[in-house]
Amino acid sequence: MSTATLNADHWVDQKKYLWLLGAPVMLLPIIGYALFELTGLGLFWWFSPLFVYGIIPLADYLIGEDTSNPPETVVPRLEKERYYRYATYLAVPLQYVSLVWGCWAVATLDLAWWAYLGAAVSVGMVSGLAINTGHELGHKTDGFEQWLAKIALASSWYGHFFVEHNRGHHVRVATPEDPASSRMGESFYAFLPRTVFGSLRSAWEIEAKRLQRNGHSVWSIHNNNLQAWSMSLVLFVGLTAYFGWIVLPFLIIQAVYGFSLLEVVNYLEHYGLRRQKLDSGRYERCQPRHSWNSNHTVTNLLLYQLQRHSDHHANPTRSYQALRHFDEAPQLPSGYASMIVLAYVPSLWFRVMDPKVAAHHNGDLTQASLQPGKEAALMARYHQA
Amino acid sequence: MRKWRCMICDFIYDEAKGLPEEGIEPGTKWEDIPDSWTCPDCGASKDDFEMVPID
Repeated sequence: MSTATLNADHWVDQKKYLWLLGAPVMLLPIIGYALFELTGLGLFWWFSPLFVYGIIPLADYLIGEDTSNPPETVVPRLEKERYYRYATYLAVPLQYVSLVWGCWAVATLDLAWWAYLGAAVSVGMVSGLAINTGHELGHKTDGFEQWLAKIALASSWYGHFFVEHNRGHHVRVATPEDPASSRMGESFYAFLPRTVFGSLRSAWEIEAKRLQRNGHSVWSIHNNNLQAWSMSLVLFVGLTAYFGWIVLPFLIIQAVYGFSLLEVVNYLEHYGLRRQKLDSGRYERCQPRHSWNSNHTVTNLLLYQLQRHSDHHANPTRSYQALRHFDEAPQLPSGYASMIVLAYVPSLWFRVMDPKVAAHHNGDLTQASLQPGKEAALMARYHQA
Repeated sequence: MRKWRCMICDFIYDEAKGLPEEGIEPGTKWEDIPDSWTCPDCGASKDDFEMVPID
């Protein structure tokens, strides 16, 4: 027996129980409220963004990266273990505990406008994180998990992500046809409307085509988009009917902020990367080099390893616990939590990321994805051939 | 000659056309494609394909 096999036999997943952390994070707004009650500090109405934009980046910096991969011989067993899937299920009820808590808080506590807004953004962060749960579940082919994915996406009205992500984004990733792949020189604020409306349109078209093929009307109960949006509608109408009109702005703000969080993550996942077109007219297969990767431990634990994005796109059926680091994949300088803050400030983002895009392509910017209108300026500045 | 559709992303493998850019010659039967082959569009495995009736 070789050493490698021996090691594989004894390999234990050090992170096994840490994957449970993805669930309690959904309670951040309530933890913030508890801290407010304890200290009287109004700041804690904004606890979720403080935690995600402040404490997590710090923790990523302090704890650092983990580039280790499970031995390939263990992967089939690891993939089969139901525990990892149950760990993701847990997050879904907890996100709704926070949503209902938020409605209760804004309806009964007579909050100042900034506390109301803080509660909405804090719960919106949870709805954004829930899109990550929906992403993990939506990749599964099991009917129950697909329903759970739609439930996770309902609070942000992003149920169409379930359709668009698998059958749109994964197919067209890092090509000019993908609304959810950002281009070098494109700011987050230019990308946001392009991806929001482009993905919505794509989801509608993909689903219409599928329904037509199966002999159903696009306005039928079989339409996954309509199913998902009706869940959101029932949710919003139900909560407004129960708690009163005062919760409606709260619900809208948290949904918009929630899906903007998904989109800022989309923004940083494929920035400037492009698959080449083959002579046959098809694009080359998606490789690890077509997605930015990050091995920062803390954010990876909270996002079910979404940041091991290079492997996820090259091998989309792999479960989160088995995703690998690849040396050839381009590496983000930090975890998503820190990179999001950077993306909000385009001048800083360009300063950090544009040289990285250029370096990844060995200075040959003709291989990169460039923002139309900015090609000449970017080529002049970064192209070295 | 038959066609197979990826259930995840709708990519169609047409036995008549093959996938020459991946070394799969035109006329290659579905059974003769290695089990390790995955959908060129979305990476799904061969098991995630279903046969499409000839239209």
